[in-house]
Parts: sequence; C-alpha cells; structure tokens
Amino acid sequence: MAQSDIHNPDPGSNSTVLKIGGLTKFFGGLRAVHDFNVEIKKGELVGLIGPNGAGKTTIFNMVTSIYPVSEGDIVFKGQDITDLPAHEVTHLGIGRTFQKIRIFPNLTVLDNVRVAYHPHSRYNMFDGILRSRRFSRGEQEMTEKAQEFLAVFGMEDLQEALASNLPYGAQRRLEIARALATEPDLLLLDEPAAGMNPHEIIELMELIHFIRDRFNLTIFLIEHQMRVVMGICEWITVIDFGEILARGTPKEIQNNPKVIEAYLGTQATRMVA
Amino acid sequence: MKIRSLPTWLTSTLFFLVVGVGFQIISSQGWLSGYWQQVIMLGTLMAVSALGLNLKYGYAGLFALGHAAFYGIGAYSSALITKDWVVGWSGNPAGGLAGVLAIEVGFILAVVAISYFKIGHLRNLMRDKLSRWLTPFEASVLATVAMLLAGGLIIVVIGGGSGWLVRQGVLALVPPVLGALPLAISQQVIFLIALLAGAVLAGLVGFLVGLPLLRLTYDYLCIATLGFGIITYVFFNNADKLIPTMKGARGMVNIPNLTTWPWVFICAAVALAVMRNFIHSSTGRAILSVRDDPVAAETMGIDAFKFKTLAYALGCAYAGLAGGLYAHLYSFLHPSNFTWLKSVDPFVMVVFGGVGSMTGTILGAYSFELLLEGLRVLPAEFIDWRYVIYPLVLLIVMLFRPQGIMGTKEWGFLKLPKIAKREHGQEEASAGMSKAEAQASEN
Repeated sequence: MAQSDIHNPDPGSNSTVLKIGGLTKFFGGLRAVHDFNVEIKKGELVGLIGPNGAGKTTIFNMVTSIYPVSEGDIVFKGQDITDLPAHEVTHLGIGRTFQKIRIFPNLTVLDNVRVAYHPHSRYNMFDGILRSRRFSRGEQEMTEKAQEFLAVFGMEDLQEALASNLPYGAQRRLEIARALATEPDLLLLDEPAAGMNPHEIIELMELIHFIRDRFNLTIFLIEHQMRVVMGICEWITVIDFGEILARGTPKEIQNNPKVIEAYLGTQATRMVA
Repeated sequence: MKIRSLPTWLTSTLFFLVVGVGFQIISSQGWLSGYWQQVIMLGTLMAVSALGLNLKYGYAGLFALGHAAFYGIGAYSSALITKDWVVGWSGNPAGGLAGVLAIEVGFILAVVAISYFKIGHLRNLMRDKLSRWLTPFEASVLATVAMLLAGGLIIVVIGGGSGWLVRQGVLALVPPVLGALPLAISQQVIFLIALLAGAVLAGLVGFLVGLPLLRLTYDYLCIATLGFGIITYVFFNNADKLIPTMKGARGMVNIPNLTTWPWVFICAAVALAVMRNFIHSSTGRAILSVRDDPVAAETMGIDAFKFKTLAYALGCAYAGLAGGLYAHLYSFLHPSNFTWLKSVDPFVMVVFGGVGSMTGTILGAYSFELLLEGLRVLPAEFIDWRYVIYPLVLLIVMLFRPQGIMGTKEWGFLKLPKIAKREHGQEEASAGMSKAEAQASEN
C-alpha cells in the first residue's frame, strides 16, 4: 500500500496525515505529556522542539505505540491507531528513527535494511527451509531493493560490514535508510542531528529535503539544533513540561517570548526585552 | 583450484557423506569400542539439542533454562510410542502412538480454532457491549470469564473430539498396516513416527509455555522457565499415576534399542541443514533483529512476540528430537536425567562453543561429551577429578575467550551466503545473483 502511494502521489495533497488530539501520558504519578494536539498535512515538514525532558520523545513513542497512550487519540490517514500494536502502526506507514541510535548491531548493513522488508516478504518460512524457487526470487528482490536504498545513502560498499562497526554518522544514515525501507508515508525523526558536526548537519538537512521529495514523505521531527529546525521546518510546535507552549512558523517561534523564556530562562528574557 | 570452484552444496554434501559413512565403517570394522560409539552418538544428539538452545538463546536472545524439560518430553513421548508398538497395546488411552498423536492433533486443531475465533478480540467487543450496563471492572471480568469458558469448550469439543477420532483411526489402521510389514521395517517406520511425534509434542508444549512466559525477559524469563522445568520433573516422577508405562520415579525400562549411527547422523544433518536455511532467510533475520533490539524490530514492522515464540517452539522441538534419540540409545529413562540441572548442559555447550554460532554449538557439544567421557581414562582413584578438570577448562576458556571458541563465526556451508555487490551495470549483477541463488536452491 505504502509502495503504491510513493509512485502515485495522492492528488489531494492537502489531506491530513496525522492528527493527534488530547494526547496525555502518565508515568505513575508523573504527567509527562498533557493535552498535546497537532495536525500534520501531507508533504509537510513539521518540527517539535522543547527543552530536555519536555516530553518530545514520549510523544513519538506514543505515536508509534511503543508506549501505551494514557488519554487522547491518534488518527493516521483517517484511521484510529491509538491502540494498535507497534508493528501494525509500521505496516500502516509510520517509520521512525531513535534519539539514541537503535540499529541492529550484530547484523550486516544490508541485513539491517532487509529486515524492514520482512513484512512484505513473498516467501514463507518453509520456502526458506526448503530453498524453493519462491525463496530465491523473493530473496533476490529484497536484496536488490535494499541495495538500491543503500546506494541512495552512499553505503553500497559497506553492505557486508557489521552495523556496529560503522562510524556514528553512517549509523545515523543507516537508521534513516532502514526506516525508509518500511515504505512509510510519515517519517518521525528523533534528533537526527544529535552528535553531528556542522558539516554533517548541512549534509543531513540536504538529505532530509532530498528524501522528502524523492519518497513523497511527510516528516515530523524532533531536534535540538536550532539551525536544523529553523532551516528546514515549515511549522514548529514547542512544548515544555509536557504542554504546548507555542506553535507557528520558524520566524514566529524565534520571536516568541514564552519560547525564549523556556529555553534561556527569565533573566535572559529580561535582557532581550 | 578445482575444489574451490565446486559449489557449496556439493562440498558440504560430500563432507557429510564422508563423515557419516566413514564413522559407520569405523564402527562396523570394530575399530571403535561400543562404548565410544555410544559416546559419539550421545555427542551428536546433544549437538541437536544444543542447536535448539542456540536458536532460543543465541539467535532469539531468550535466556531460558527449561531445555531439559523439552528434551524429556520428546524422550518420554517417543519412548511411549515405540514401547507400545514392540510390547503391544498397553490398554492405556493416554499412552502409545494413538495417545500421543491424538494429543497433538487435538492440540493443533484447538489452537487453530481458538485463533480463528479471535477470542481476545471477542472479549473486548463483549466488554464494550457490557459496559453499557455494568461498571468497567464487572464488564471486563464477565467478558473474560465468558471467553475462558468458550475457549475451554473449544478445547473439549474440537480438541478432544478430533483427538478421539485420531485415536480410533490410529488403532484401527496402524496395527494391521504395520503388522503386514516385516518386523525390522515396521520398527524403523514406527521409530521415525515416534521421533517426529516427540519433536512435535515438545515444540507444541514449548509454544504453549512460551505464550505466557515469553513476555518476560532476561533473568525473569530464566526463573519462569526454570519453574516449568521443575514442574515437568515432578510430572515425570509421578507420571505412573496417569500413564502406568512411564513408571514414574522407578524409571522407564525396556525401551527398544533403535538408535543407531545412521539414525543419529541423518537426524543431526537434517536438523543442521534446516537450522542453517532457516536462520539465513527472512524469518531468521527477523528473529535476529528481535534479539538485537526488540523495540527497533517492532518499528520495522516485525511482531517481536511472534518471532520469539516461533524461535522458542522450534528450539524446543529440536530438544524433543534429541530426547527421542536419547531414549532409544540407552533404552532406559529416569526423571533425574531431565532435572533443571540438566538444562545447564546444553547451555554450557552453547556458551563454550560460541553463542549464536552453529559451528561453535556443535564443537561445544562434542567437546563437552568427549571431555567428560574421555577423562574416564584417568586412574580409578582420580576419576572424581573429572569434575575438577572440566570446570577448570570452562573457567580458562571463559577468561581468555569469553565469546566462546568460535564467537559468532561459522565454518563452511554454515556461513552467511555472500551477496554480490550492486554493480553499476545492473544487468550483470542480477544475472550473477540469480546464478548463485540457483545453486543455493538446489541445495
């Protein structure tokens, strides 16, 4: 399904992809996220920012069903996905990366990507055991698709390497490649620029623009590096202590006193004022 | 140079033929005493069991300690079948070929029926409907109880009914058919059925045990599976009250001595080939990904729980197959061979050889058995030192090579197949690939 969407983009490109309403999360007595709302339209690049511990990653974890939702609902392409298990959310077309890299360290680079094709695998376990024709064809198809992805990310020469042996930047790119291989419509990027140097950050920003156009994606992104967020996002939502602080275009956010206060503290606010 | 150009499937088949036939010749010529033949066979069947544990622990990352229980289930159930055939129908409905097959078919059909009716989903629907009139708690309890009753009814009607039918069918058909064959052949046929039935039963029990337990991880899973191992041990000890042929704590005797080198070797070779093809397929990769990072695997669209259960059940089936071979090697079974302490043996083999390596697991199994038995050459007054020397060897290996002898490396045909790099001229690359894959598929 996701595949066909990539090749035949929906003509009504203003349709809502993700709609979150009243999302709340309690960890015991701690309220990590409170009444979070957002609506993301097809093709948009939306940023989510906030100080450390504001609940950004918790929101991503609820959207991808890694954490159960305490209250509120999440609607993806018109379907309520609040209570679906995580792998079914992925099948519907939400891909994600993690703040702390979570590649499969003991698998090769190629296998890291090929895992993503398993749900679409054209052969079953018994074809694999008996090495049937269907196995060879399915395996070849998966391998070719995975190699194509690796080529897009400039990692085709690394396919035999163990993922844990890659340098940091390559691991980040592998994680994005792997998320794209699940053929998502919506990609959630959790701090993709973390730990990158300025040169790598510029490359990353180009990459994000490139994949959005090439795979016809909607992107929702958490980031701490202001130059990334301000440089590529069309809309930004700011949260602090689990609650929405402000939303708007990068320009509006930059000049919002509440946001400056949350990031720099009150004294700084006074200085700016 | 010529040998190098031979395809992997051919060299590996040749290798297996040489080993299998070679050992048969050596033992039939009397170059090896009966005792050492038994030790080698024991090592081979333990390798099968350890391969099963390697699937659970090495590939799926499940730290489970109940392996001996499944080994025992395979041993006892296959022994019940062959003993029943050789000694004659024991008159007990739970034992023997008819009994074991009836349990299996009934079990499978009941599980299929329950999953077809999607009881969990029905429960939620019923709970939502009921919550109009009742408090959420009452609705939830009522719906759960109703669905448990429905599940019980399905097990009794579909499982029990189909089991009864199978039992009648087996009793009516199998004795005359096998009776028409010469005893030597019918014994082998029934042995094959017994081995498969033992493996399948162990796998099914593993599946059933895995459903609740595999939600746990690490030490919690270890303790829970340990609990299951103790339950099974107590069951074996008292099994004579349910199935008199099992003899409980007195030990099951006079099991026909059917395990020969060809049986052990062919079972082990097939088990190894199946494991290799399984793990180097998309399903295998899914299992490995769940081991490396279950959360990331879920976001790749992999149902982590399903693959953990699959690996666990298949690993248990391997233990069951090894158990069946073991039962017919020594023709005597005692519950003390299946205590939870015996679950540690395959663990030692896997860790010693290399967690996540088939080659290492096999090496580990042989070195474990050969070391323990080989040290019997010590003079009689030092024979107890075996249990000092062998742990010392373990200590030294773990200190200097904590990843095990092989680490995660593989030899020969067990290696991950090489994949051609994508060429810029794509035509050539894909042609080369299909040739390599065609060779693999002929294997």
